[in-house]
Parts: sequence; C-alpha cells; structure tokens
Amino acid sequence: MSAAVSRRPPVAVLAALVFLAFLAASALVPQWIAPHDPLAIGPHVLAAPSAAHPLGTDENGRDVLSRIIYGTREALLLGFGAVALSLVGGSALGVLAGLGNRFVESVVMRFVDIGLAFPEMLLALVVIAVTGGGTTNALMAIGIAGIPSFARLVRAQTLGIRRAPFVEAARGLGLSEPQIVVRHILPNAIRPILVLATIGVGTATVAGAALSFIGLGTPPPAPSWGVMLSTARNFLDRSWWYGVMPGLAITLMVVSVTVVGRWLQRRTEARR
Amino acid sequence: MAAARVRRVAGAIGLRLGGAVLVVWGAATLAFLAIYLTPGDPAYAVVGGTDANPSPAVLAQIRAEYGFDQPWYVQYGSYLWRLAHGDLGTSYRLREPVATAIGQQLGGTVQLALAAGLLAVVLAIVVALLTAHRRPWIRGVSSSADLVLASMPSFWLGILLLSAFSYGLHLLPAIGNRGWQSLVLPAVTLALPLAAVLTQVLRNALEEVLEEPFITSARARGLSDTAVRLRHAMRHALIPLATMTGYLLGGLLGGTVVTETLFSRQGLGRLLLTAVNGKDLPVVIAIVVLSAVVYMVVNLAIDLVYPLIDPRLRRLA
Repeated sequence: MSAAVSRRPPVAVLAALVFLAFLAASALVPQWIAPHDPLAIGPHVLAAPSAAHPLGTDENGRDVLSRIIYGTREALLLGFGAVALSLVGGSALGVLAGLGNRFVESVVMRFVDIGLAFPEMLLALVVIAVTGGGTTNALMAIGIAGIPSFARLVRAQTLGIRRAPFVEAARGLGLSEPQIVVRHILPNAIRPILVLATIGVGTATVAGAALSFIGLGTPPPAPSWGVMLSTARNFLDRSWWYGVMPGLAITLMVVSVTVVGRWLQRRTEARR
Repeated sequence: MAAARVRRVAGAIGLRLGGAVLVVWGAATLAFLAIYLTPGDPAYAVVGGTDANPSPAVLAQIRAEYGFDQPWYVQYGSYLWRLAHGDLGTSYRLREPVATAIGQQLGGTVQLALAAGLLAVVLAIVVALLTAHRRPWIRGVSSSADLVLASMPSFWLGILLLSAFSYGLHLLPAIGNRGWQSLVLPAVTLALPLAAVLTQVLRNALEEVLEEPFITSARARGLSDTAVRLRHAMRHALIPLATMTGYLLGGLLGGTVVTETLFSRQGLGRLLLTAVNGKDLPVVIAIVVLSAVVYMVVNLAIDLVYPLIDPRLRRLA
C-alpha cells in the first residue's frame, strides 16, 4: 500500500504516461510520426504487415499504421472534448443545485434523475437523431449525455463544501456570492471531480469510436479508429490484423487513461 | 403484524412507482421537445427528406394526418394522452404503428440481453470467488484482465471473437438470428465487459468482508475456506453486486445497438439505429422511453431483492 502513497509513480503509471505522450504527439504533429500519407491509395490491397507497411494496408491499399496515427486527433478530440462539455454543463447544474434554494435544487435534480434513467449511449443517439451525425455532433451528443452524472457528483461535492469554515470566512469578509462560488467553492469541489473526469475520458473515447463504428460519427475517408474497425469488419475473412490494430490503439489508450486516473485518485485520497 | 408489513411494503413500492411514473413523464416530455424543436418540417421526415420533392398537397395531407398543423399544446396533450393509453405513435418511415415495429424486434433483443446478463453475473461470481483475497499474483493477473476487458470497446472484442471463432476456426456463425449458435458470440461480446466491471465490484466487496472478525470466528470453528466464502462472505458481498447488476442491466439496451450492428442481428438496437439514421423520431423516442421503463423496473426489482439477501433490511422495508 505504501507504494501507492509514495511520490514516485509506479511503473505501470509511467508506461501509461509515456503512451499518452506519444498519442498527444500523434494528435498534434502526425506528419512527423506517420510513415505514409493516410489518404494515399496504394497498389497492395489488404496486405499483411511488412517493412514498408508495419501494420499492413487497408482495402484501398492505404497504410494502416499511418491511418491509426492520423486518427488519434479525432479520438482524443472526442474523448477530451466530450468530457470537457459534460464537466462544464455538469458543474453549472451541480453548483446551481448545491447552492440554490430547495425549489431550484429539486427542479434541477429531477431533471438530472430523468437523465440518469437513460443509458448514456441512448441519450447520445437521441441527440444525434435531432442534430444529425458527424464528428462535432457526436462530440456534443456524448458530452450532453454525460452531464447528468457529473451534475450529481458536483452537487454532492458542493453540499459538502457549502458549510466549510473557509466559505463562512469568505462570507464574513464580505465577498459576494458569485465571487465565493468562483474563487472558493468551484476550485475545491472540482479537484476530486477532475480525477473522475480523467477516467471519464476513456469511456467517452470508446463511446465516440462506437458512434463512428455505427456510422454516426466521423464520416469516411477521414482516418478514424471507429470507422476503420467498421470497415475491417467486412474483411475479417481475409485480413485479421486490420481488425486488430485500431482496436488495440483504443484499448491501450483507455487502459492508460484509467491507470493514470486511478493513480491520481489514490493520491488525492491519501492526501486527505 | 403481517398485514401491517404488507401495507408498508406496498407503500414503499407505490412511492417508487410514483417516482418511476415521474421519470417516464419527464422522458416523454423531453422526447416531445426533441421532436418539436427539431429544425425543419417534420412532414419532410415522413416522405423521406427534402430530396423526395413532395408536392404541397402531399405535405399538407401529412401535416393533417400527424397533427403537425396543430399548436404545440394540442400536440403535447394528444401525445401524452395516446402514450398513457399505450399508443406509441406511428413511425414516419415504416408507416406502421411504432408498437408493432418494436413488438417484432423485441424478442431477439430480450434473448440477447438475458443471455448476456446471466453470463456476466455467473462469470463475475465464479471469478471473484476464486480470486478474492488470494496470493498477490493471482489477484494481479485477474484485476489486470478486468481492467483490459472493461476498457476495450465491445465492438472490438466482438471483432476479435469473430476473427477467432467464425473466420479462423469456423465454429460459430458470424451473422444472423438462427439457433443458439448465432447467439453465442453476440452474448459473449456483450457479457464480457459487464462481467469485468461486476467482478471488480464483487471482488472488492468480498475482500472487505473477508477481513471481518466474524470470518475469523467462522474459520476458528473449523469451517473450510470454501464454506467460509460461499456461506458467510458471499451473502454480504451480494448487495453491491445486486446494485451494480441493476445499473448495468438497465443500460444494456445501449450496448445492443453496437452488438446487433456488428453481428447483423435483428433487434431493437438495429431498429433504433435505422430510426436515428432516418430521423424517424417516433421510433427513437419510443425505444428510449421503453428503455427508461426497463431501467426503472429492473431497479425496483433489485430493491425488492435486497431484503431477501440481508434480513436486517426487512425491518426497515
């Protein structure tokens, strides 16, 4: 147990951080990392891994490794963007419910309860049924679907902090309510929530890939892990590696994010 | 005594049902807002988009038929009225009652969800009982497996299973709804990530219980390790398992969208996806409201199971 509390992160966390740094680089400057143009069509269709194409080629002869590297940006954008949206929306509702009077609180929380009664995937599908598909709409849909659970967490945090001595002190010093919310309540409520948001990034990334997989996210031919898997599904009888590699990228990313998130969680809990 | 308890339990159920009705009403209202606020004329969605180029007379007829020409409160009122009578409306695209469309697809999805749910719970119980509070390496291997299984997208797991068992070994069919063989891969695909989450929850609960003094006293009375785990620890650990199972089973419908698409199975998930693609909102809404009802019913059922597991809760109920 002492290892979890010590300052130096364990090996698994270091490995996860290195992989996430690599993903961040792939998202920012894919042209420096990828060996080929992700859209360049080649003569060798569905080729097995080789020196020229380390992860083989797809049904149009495009390099699978390069497409995975270029697809990182979409995956990270969906994962982090959606969670950011849930976080902002959830914090607004949660603080409102946590600090408002009983009427405001019960109205907000009833809405949150209604939202929580749906699986997030279904909520996202409803949003897409109204707005249509595409990368931005998928991001919005997943982000909106995540708002209720964040709202509940932020409200619980706010309720705990509302009566804390330092909030009373700030009130005693004559700070206005909005100032107290922005300077004292939000920063203290958000720290534990940020840790949970880290883990939420993993779930949101998978949800984004799932939407792309069923054809409601990023449209082809743009490189996207979910779309690649959906295409690979049709060629499983001829090339199994095409179906393995993009999924491996998603799984490694989610595992890394979860490992880092759990480590942060243990650290914040140990500090208290 | 008995009558008073029946009344108390009935009261508790009534309160929960009231809450459930409130949630379903809220869901229906949000759904109505989604339809009502969708930009564009819904009459176009009925004829199949603006490309269909319908004549004004056809559009007017559709508007009258579906009530799009009424003010919003009339539309909302008649929508709730019909919903309260079990009428889920008419599909824009299929041109048949939504209830009929759902009825046709319900069987396949219920079959899949039940098989996956059962498999997940059984797997979680077996694995958690075998690995809780064991040597560090057994625990390490098992919890790493849980982490990876819970992290991977279910459709990728399905693709791996398809590659291995359908295209590699030719043991099981890749697509379709026929026979138990076609149910195996979709059910396993849906069940494994659930089983991973449930195992984590149950293992943590078991390990907490196994540290309790009454476990030591049971061991001191000479009970075998297996008996301690099955008879004493399991009962305590079942409560968090039941909570998590209810939560996950209630959300299973979301997972079937992807699984049914991957395995080309008939079912509610496919129906929903087709409806989302075609902007067939009455179908989308009906399935979503249905899902909320299932979620409430499953969680109500779980609440009723708690006192069966833990006798202390019977006095409170």
